[in-house]
Amino acid sequence: MSRRPPARLVLADGRAFEGEGIGAPGRATGEVVFNTSMMGYQEALSDPSYGGQILTMTYPLQGNYGFNASDDESARIQVRGFVVRELTDLPSHWHSEGTLDTHLTRAGVPGIAGIDTRALTRHLRSHGVLMGTITRDETAADALERLRREPVYGIEDYVAEVSTDVAYDFDAGDLGGSDGPRPHVVVLDLGVKRSIMRNLAKRGCDVTAVPHRTSAEDILALRPDGVVMSPGPGDPMLLDHVVTTARGLIGRVPLMGICLGHQVVGRVFGASTYKLKFGHRGANHPVRDEVTGRVYITAQNHGYAVDGDHLDAAVRASQIHLNDGTVEGLEHRELPLFTIQYHSEASPGPLDTEFLFDRFLATVTDR
Amino acid sequence: MREEGIVSVLVNSNPATIMTDEDVADIIYIEPLSVEVLERIIERERPDGLLPTLGGQTGLNLAVQLAEAGILERYGVRMLGTPLRTIRLAEDRELFRQLLTDIGEPTPDSEIVESWEQAVAARERLGLPLVVRPAYTLGGTGGGIAHDDEEYEQIVRGGLAASPITQVLVERSLLGWKELEYEVMRDGADTCITICNMENMDPMGVHTGDSIVVAPSQTLSDRDHQMLRSSALKIIRALGIEGGCNVQFALAPRPDIVPWAGSDDATVPPYYVIEVNPRVSRSSALASKATGYPIARMAAKIAIGKRLDEIKNPVTQQTSAAFEPALDYCVVKIPRWPFDKFAFGDRRLGTQMKATGEVMAVDRSFEAALQKAVRSLEISNRSMLYQDPRWSERDMLEEPIEATDERLWKLLAALRQGVTPLVLSRRTGIDPWFTERLARIVQMEQRLLSEELTPSLLVAAKRMGFGDAQIGTLADRLPEQVRQMREQLGLRPVYKMVDTCAAEFEAATPYFYSTYEEENDAVPDHHERVLVIGSGPIRIGQGIEFDYASVQAAHALQQAGVRAILANSNPETVSTDFDTSDRLYFEPLDEESVRDLLENEAGGGEAPASIVQFGGQTAVNMAGVLQRSALPIAGSSADSIDLAEDRGRFEGIMSALNIPQPPGSAVQTLAEALPTAEAVGYPVLVRPSYVLGGRAMEVVQDANELVRYFQAALEERSGPVLIDKYLEGLEVEVDAICDGEQVLIPGIMEHIERAGVHSGDSMAVYPPQNVTEEQRAAIIDYTTRMALELQVRGLMNIQYVIAPDAEPGGPGVFVIEANPRASRTVPFISKVTGVPMVKLAVNIMLGRSLREQGYEGGLWPERGLVAVKAPVFSMAKLIGVDTYLGPEMKSTGEVMGVDVRFEPAVLKALIAADLAVQPGTPFLLSLANRTKPEAVPLIEALHRAGCPLFATEGTAALVRGLGIPCEVIPKRLDEGHPNVVDVIRDGTVKAVINTIEGGRASHIRDGFQIRRAATETRIPCFTSIDTAKAAIRALSSPGSYAVRPLADYREGRVL
Repeated sequence: MSRRPPARLVLADGRAFEGEGIGAPGRATGEVVFNTSMMGYQEALSDPSYGGQILTMTYPLQGNYGFNASDDESARIQVRGFVVRELTDLPSHWHSEGTLDTHLTRAGVPGIAGIDTRALTRHLRSHGVLMGTITRDETAADALERLRREPVYGIEDYVAEVSTDVAYDFDAGDLGGSDGPRPHVVVLDLGVKRSIMRNLAKRGCDVTAVPHRTSAEDILALRPDGVVMSPGPGDPMLLDHVVTTARGLIGRVPLMGICLGHQVVGRVFGASTYKLKFGHRGANHPVRDEVTGRVYITAQNHGYAVDGDHLDAAVRASQIHLNDGTVEGLEHRELPLFTIQYHSEASPGPLDTEFLFDRFLATVTDR
Repeated sequence: MREEGIVSVLVNSNPATIMTDEDVADIIYIEPLSVEVLERIIERERPDGLLPTLGGQTGLNLAVQLAEAGILERYGVRMLGTPLRTIRLAEDRELFRQLLTDIGEPTPDSEIVESWEQAVAARERLGLPLVVRPAYTLGGTGGGIAHDDEEYEQIVRGGLAASPITQVLVERSLLGWKELEYEVMRDGADTCITICNMENMDPMGVHTGDSIVVAPSQTLSDRDHQMLRSSALKIIRALGIEGGCNVQFALAPRPDIVPWAGSDDATVPPYYVIEVNPRVSRSSALASKATGYPIARMAAKIAIGKRLDEIKNPVTQQTSAAFEPALDYCVVKIPRWPFDKFAFGDRRLGTQMKATGEVMAVDRSFEAALQKAVRSLEISNRSMLYQDPRWSERDMLEEPIEATDERLWKLLAALRQGVTPLVLSRRTGIDPWFTERLARIVQMEQRLLSEELTPSLLVAAKRMGFGDAQIGTLADRLPEQVRQMREQLGLRPVYKMVDTCAAEFEAATPYFYSTYEEENDAVPDHHERVLVIGSGPIRIGQGIEFDYASVQAAHALQQAGVRAILANSNPETVSTDFDTSDRLYFEPLDEESVRDLLENEAGGGEAPASIVQFGGQTAVNMAGVLQRSALPIAGSSADSIDLAEDRGRFEGIMSALNIPQPPGSAVQTLAEALPTAEAVGYPVLVRPSYVLGGRAMEVVQDANELVRYFQAALEERSGPVLIDKYLEGLEVEVDAICDGEQVLIPGIMEHIERAGVHSGDSMAVYPPQNVTEEQRAAIIDYTTRMALELQVRGLMNIQYVIAPDAEPGGPGVFVIEANPRASRTVPFISKVTGVPMVKLAVNIMLGRSLREQGYEGGLWPERGLVAVKAPVFSMAKLIGVDTYLGPEMKSTGEVMGVDVRFEPAVLKALIAADLAVQPGTPFLLSLANRTKPEAVPLIEALHRAGCPLFATEGTAALVRGLGIPCEVIPKRLDEGHPNVVDVIRDGTVKAVINTIEGGRASHIRDGFQIRRAATETRIPCFTSIDTAKAAIRALSSPGSYAVRPLADYREGRVL
């Protein structure tokens, strides 16, 4: 195994972990979060919702199946840095195109391996998520001093960073879909994952992604049959312009909100949002549909949540998280509108709730 | 069930398990698991529901039979957990394949076969190699992979015989494909979750019970994993199971490792559903321990109507049970095979499971978990560095590496020879991810061999799971020097928690594994606490009886207000349930790990005391280690233990106490052995000292055999060999509890087979049926004086032989062996006498005398019941293993029959052990000359019972001489048909009595074919006249047996 340079991860409260540098040289700064999914590092690394964050995988063995071109969820690696217990240089998979280390290096993303990630997770669990920095060339004290001067996660608008600059039609490739009429779905890109668009295309939709600053009128001018408000990074309280867009769409076109899209819709209906102590990130989150009583295992990646207390009576919290009662879904009592806090497109994670795309498309084609 | 306020009635024939303890269920029946018995229980208890899914395949099969006989309907008993339709569906290959096709799940091309003619047609269509799977059998019994025509015929015929519905599935072979398992659950609201996904390191072709397994799976991308997960959930939904279910898949391997058709066009790897178990299985037990999620407990709750979202995750006690465990560690399971005892068995692994047990290890890397698992196997001389000297370089470089119990070591040896991981993967089908990791271990070995042992190298080796002893061997140091070096560097393992949630939530479960990392989750608390050392993997000679004792010990400590810490490496046990103890260390039970965890518990202060009496030889072996390390032992001291085990010291004490032993002594060499044997007179019993399970014990008839024994013994091990006069008499076994002043004997057991059959393989009866008052008094007297003299604090087991002729004028009671620890009879005796033996022993260790606990010394009053223990063997699966009973233990479990008289008790034990015979059963007899005289009454009894007799030539002469008709069957297989094997295979005879002349190898070989054929055809085969006598006595005795809760027999409520 190649020798790796020493590196350290320093947290804003001064705790430091010594390990070895992986990926690109250089420093990385961001909010340190953990994900408990045992697989799917490639999908996670390329998920735009991790913009501005340093991602720790709690499963200790990473890079086992290398990486490949088709599992990326966006055009690049989105995390600021990557933290693992062990990153292998010896991947094995039919479709592997190389080591994850190479992939990170090429993407210019630094990381750290060899640290006690369980200790880090326990620290974040009890102190809440913290800003942190990965460095190879500073003492812990110097890194901490630098870290304290850097902007904190909560004040940055990462959506602007990860959203598309121009509108584009999603290339469905050979996903096909039905021969019948093809509904046109516009995705408001707040940090969209390819698998959301793939799920729509697979169900026979023409999909257009538009930049986050696109107004309701401009979206409606595209004559969509339905609109999906996508997931994305950061604090929804910073996104007044998106709230305005959502308000302009509701009642005029069927709408589905996912993750950040859900939080924005929540704000339209009077709810505030709040930051969770350490978020929900993983592939094992139980959500109960309050109408059917059925429980779904969902993929989640969010640090903020909708406060259900002051919701407008027009909508109801239709789904809740079994562990902490977080609002996991909203449903309008009359209009074709529902949202989910979790990721029905999974990737990575369980496919239990992919059927929600069917439910959405049913409202689209009913029109 | 109890947590939900439901009254439960539990039935099992196995006395050795904690399950049949009286505080586990509300009403306990220890009765044979037959339809007749179950109907009588149902009639008596009138239960509302029947939960068969936790009793393995046995439970499911019985449930089907009860339903088909209309019994469930007649008594209004509802089937819980898995619908009857589903049990039938999952076992009937045709229906099941149809269901999978209907829901769009792929199955390998196959044919259902119900006769040899159909099998030939199937072979023509599908082509060899083919997998043969019998319907409705346990652990793949009777199945296999056929590579050629001869193998095919043998396996198909065996499989048809093994299947209760004479049906096998012949299936296209997916040899070399990846094998994955998913443990899934579903509740009544249709919520489905995956508990664990596991990957077999050994690809398709080796039974999953015989495979090295990792959790979670390592070589699957999220896409691959979700594809299989979705399939597993679809299947459990289609089957309508409410509870747990296990789904096995074959997934296409890397085409550059194992080529397969269509790999050029495929964008996702194709997969096939291989098997579904609609119940809690052996894999569920592993999955529970691997994840911390108690599958059986949740399945029981779901079966009685609870929804997953109504149940709290018992590990975190705050989050929901409706979730999927996230692991932040790697788990490795390695099976434990019996080939260290069955040296002549066929070691190749296939679709029929051969392992008797398994070990599991947990760590933060695969390499470390694997190496700890190897240490946990407790196979002497089988460290990671083991290499058979017979493996030549050519073997490594050229031969295919077959799947055997030794494959892991062969792979390592090949890597040491310079074979590359990729080449090994191509030769075995094992994914390169695994072979690359084995190569990393070998690279580290080479660094340890060639480089100076610097602190950084030591850290790297420890993080990769290298044991101190292994590092010592490579770096030319003693293990203790490596340990000292670690201590100087402050290099100690930390302990991380298995918490189901990868540290996302705070968890209450104190379930830990060691690893070389930064932060310790297992901070010692300074409440009074005691460590119970468990018994490791289940193997021949050390079964679940010892786990029973370990669990009881933990409970007794807790009742006494002391925190119980448990250490064990076996995922199949109750002792490793996280709620059995106050703290569980899932660790190898060797010196390094036990000392490490005790040091962690000490936290710089005083280490807790350890109990070594309950975990079989595994735990007893730690006594010396603990003493040398100045770590305290609770109960009998290391010196007391050594006193009993060291032959010379023990003999000294026995003669000082004037307690007779069979004459003999310990010898080191053949030169000493010959005169010793001559002096005591042949036959002699020879055995190495310091063993359990009678390993390599033999009855030797003359000097030639003694020479042969020594040659074999010297090859294998060093250390003294014991030579005793072999006294052929009645063998009697006693368990005793001693507090230093008083000795309580809960019960005396008499063996049905005379001395010479290992006590673990003997049928035994409580109370003794043929022991005189004088002999009984001598037994009590000897036991009492011995326990006091040896300063036993806790339990002791003593074996006696009663041979009145050998001690004219005296009682004729001789001590054969004494062991100052819990024996395998502790659960049996505890249950039939009601004396809580383990609890009394634990309290003695904590300083409370027997009297303070309300007990007096002497023999506990005998109960008005008769209980018979019979051994259970798994030899049908071990091709090439002989089944005759001798001084070496061969059984893997036991059953019990209990009643108010001997005959019905023995009949029930025989029914439970599948040894019962009916009047009119045709018998094949092949008897040794030495046993012919005593066989006469037996033959007459068989004749009276209307049993048609078949016999080999010499025996036939005897039978006819008695005026009883009998057919002669050629013994030699080349002397025409039908020969002995034919009449067994074609069902002409339904039982066999075959005795052998002494222990001589040539004679043993003589009847080998007969015994193997009987074993493989699954008909009773008696190799001891005594066992056969008991069976015939039970068969000819009039009247029927009772079916009552155990407590009723014990308390005299059955008349």
